[in-house]
Amino acid sequence: MSADITAETPAKGTSLQLGHILRRAEPIIISLIAMLAGLALFGLFLLAVGKSPITFYELVYKAGFGSAFSWQNTLSRAAPLLLSALCVALPARLGLVVIGGEGAIVLGGVAAGAAGMYLPGLPGAIGIAAMMIAAAIAGGAWIGAVGAMRHYRGVNETISSLLMAYIAIALMNHLVEGPLRDPASLNKPSTAPIEAAYRIGEMPFLGTHWGLGLGVLACIACWVLIDRTSWGFAARIAGGNTRAAEVQGLPVGRLVIGFTALGGALAGLAGMMEVAAVHGSANASLAAGYGYTGILIAFLARHNPLAIIPVALLLAGFEASSGLVQRRLDLPDATVLVLQGFVFITILLSETAYGRFKLFRPDEWRRK
Amino acid sequence: MSEPEHSPDHALAVETVGLTMRFGAFTALDNASLKFKPGTFHALLGENGAGKSTLVKCMMGFYRPTDGQMMIDGREVDIPDPRAAHALGLGMVYQHFTLVPSLTAAENLVISREDAPTIINWRAEREKLDAFMKTMPFKVPLEQPVNRLAAGEKQKLELLKQLYLGRKFLILDEPTSVLTPAEADELLGMVRGMTQSGALTAVMITHKFREVSAFADDVSVLRRGVHVGSGRVGDYTHADLAAMMIGEKTIQQSAERRGEAGEAILSVSNALAPDRSGLKTIDIESLKVRAGEIVGIAGVSGNGQMELMEILTGQRPLTGGRIEVEGRPYHASRREARNLKVRYLPEEPLRNACAPKMSVAENIAFRTFDIDRAGKPRFWLDKTAMTARGRELVDAFKVKTASIDSEIASLSGGNVQRAVLARELTGEVDLLIISNPCFGLDFSAIAEIRARIVAARNSGTAVLLISEDLDEILELSDRILVMAEGRLVYETTAAAADTNEIGAHMTGHE
Ligand SMILES: Nc1ncnc2c1ncn2[C@@H]1O[C@H](COP(=O)(O)OP(=O)(O)OP(=O)(O)O)[C@@H](O)[C@H]1O
Ligand SMILES: [Mg+2]
Repeated sequence: MSADITAETPAKGTSLQLGHILRRAEPIIISLIAMLAGLALFGLFLLAVGKSPITFYELVYKAGFGSAFSWQNTLSRAAPLLLSALCVALPARLGLVVIGGEGAIVLGGVAAGAAGMYLPGLPGAIGIAAMMIAAAIAGGAWIGAVGAMRHYRGVNETISSLLMAYIAIALMNHLVEGPLRDPASLNKPSTAPIEAAYRIGEMPFLGTHWGLGLGVLACIACWVLIDRTSWGFAARIAGGNTRAAEVQGLPVGRLVIGFTALGGALAGLAGMMEVAAVHGSANASLAAGYGYTGILIAFLARHNPLAIIPVALLLAGFEASSGLVQRRLDLPDATVLVLQGFVFITILLSETAYGRFKLFRPDEWRRK
Repeated sequence: MSEPEHSPDHALAVETVGLTMRFGAFTALDNASLKFKPGTFHALLGENGAGKSTLVKCMMGFYRPTDGQMMIDGREVDIPDPRAAHALGLGMVYQHFTLVPSLTAAENLVISREDAPTIINWRAEREKLDAFMKTMPFKVPLEQPVNRLAAGEKQKLELLKQLYLGRKFLILDEPTSVLTPAEADELLGMVRGMTQSGALTAVMITHKFREVSAFADDVSVLRRGVHVGSGRVGDYTHADLAAMMIGEKTIQQSAERRGEAGEAILSVSNALAPDRSGLKTIDIESLKVRAGEIVGIAGVSGNGQMELMEILTGQRPLTGGRIEVEGRPYHASRREARNLKVRYLPEEPLRNACAPKMSVAENIAFRTFDIDRAGKPRFWLDKTAMTARGRELVDAFKVKTASIDSEIASLSGGNVQRAVLARELTGEVDLLIISNPCFGLDFSAIAEIRARIVAARNSGTAVLLISEDLDEILELSDRILVMAEGRLVYETTAAAADTNEIGAHMTGHE
């Protein structure tokens, strides 16, 4: 025994540090491996339908990350994905699985479009602020309602948020085809185009709109909120054990509603950015599936707002390549969805891998 | 490794050789070599955090030991996972229940088999089960859904399940902590019967000396992960065993009671709320706790104590009546609890008072993370202060943990209790509401926690103690109330307390 102890002591400092790094690396490495496994499985799927996986991934690389132009495309797709992933990650810290961010995106877009329409002639900054506020309120109320139903009535938030996304899409269609329709929009019913002063411009050098900047900022702010503030700490207590949070007198209901509403508001802003920077008006293109891709991103990032940034870029690249892949390989548009499905399943499966690998537990290495 | 095709047909001799288990830099089990003779009932004693659960988890393949071997019937065996342990005839009964509550006992038994067929021929299984039951010295109702069985019967069924699965070496980790003394005696009597007939070798982890001397043949003691002794139960007195468990340390003497009770701090009047089932009403006509006194609420479990705790912690809204603390209405919000200095120690703290996956330091910070030193609300967390305070309290309350950054769920039961106590008893406390504080604790931890409760009382704290352990109530309380069927049905001072009278009111035979 004593020999054992003396042998350990000198290495202790370094091994502690190494242990710390390895423990932190565990989620990163496991998620990476799971993702690669998902990509490989999808490769098999491509082989089965008679296409070459190598060409496929080459094309994805080229169209997503291969050139300045493809980066531009990827970055502008990443903008809404960052925000919609936060709509999953924030409630997840309270133990809620919210998958209906799509609803908040489309309603946020419609609210922004309507605000632009009904508040003409303001200075640009104020008009944009009004659109942002309208979008945040619409999205926040929508997902906040999911949180409220969960807390006060015990309604399962996963199901209700999903069903409410369908309602939101129907509501959007009703509004842009009816009360909010611009008579000039003939074959694609839309709200009236927003004024040039309300359009959101491009970020310098990146060739993409400010939605990306907003998304990145929001990710950082959410990380700070969760990790560095007492509200985030309270939310983590409530997510970790609701009973304990109640015994501590923490306002669990307000936390649940606050975090779901904040997530919804951010997703609403994603819709606003689509309107003010991309489409110029609110229409059915808002329901582009960003909300669903956001779910995948949040899970891949293990609900860590900082990790959402790189993961969103990667998935945005996949989505950006979908057009090229479709044309070159003669694959249907849904192919990228199939790819995402494969990755999602391997990521969910990888949850069972935690704690199984000794690599991440340096203290257990010394075994005969 | 060659797994036997069939379960063994005799009680197993099991031996651990130099088992060592480290978690990080922390050694939970240090070179433990224990022998369990076939057909004996072996008690395993040790303080909270001594490594008892760790030892048996290594034996059952839940943990991969850092070092050491296992021998069964004199042969070295490798147990990489629980399945392998089961195949060798090793089984375990836990403190908590592992049965499927909505299925009947019979269904639970059949589906628990590792070779359970995909399509179950219930008639054939039933016949086999009946034949098996005939060989058993005790009965359990097989047709009832498990959730309708009493705790004692569930634990008997857990035991029966292990026997049905052909286990010949059985580990029981604090099997009686959820049972009444009578239920515990019945269960342990059965185990003893099985070991005496040579059908089984049994190891029981317990904190109750009474159970050791009444039922066990052999006893082993662990202290801080080290095996400090083994022998025949008859060769040791309780004092010997206690000394082996705690070593040099002296036990906390129960603090002397000082001071007179002051003004009423907590007063509950005509409080009404539905109980868990929603069918009955909890009805607290009048309950007062004064400064500097301990009021004990005795009662058989399930008579509304849990609901009373929930009412007082604000988890169960009142449908009538009121709760006042220091004369002001109280709804258990964070602000009220802080201003009026109300603290709680719920039972099973890991389930009711901790976020299991957060660290020890974070859990200790639950009361203070949102205020600064001056007690003003703060928005930004101060992680440095949180760590420093965590360290300080872990030291002051002797919480044994690998590190203050470990998940609190990795601590042994007694240490979780200490960590929560550290959080709730630090600072000024005017009202302390406690439920079953000594569930699953060893005697020295119990002595220490009781001493802290009495010390709080002496310093003027009003203490409400809800406990199913009548001895605890009698030892600690100044005034005793009995709860039955959701009401407070009897009151007496500690000085005038008569156990028979209290017992009669507890069971409703006054
Ligand atoms: N998974 C783990 N990771 C880190 N430390 C652990 C882990 N499991 C146990 N420990 C530590 O090992 C020590 C022994 O724990 P163990 O659960 O074996 O105690 P015990 O003797 O069963 O105590 P109790 O009577 O309270 O149940 C404790 O200090 C505990 O903190
Ligand atoms: Mg234990």
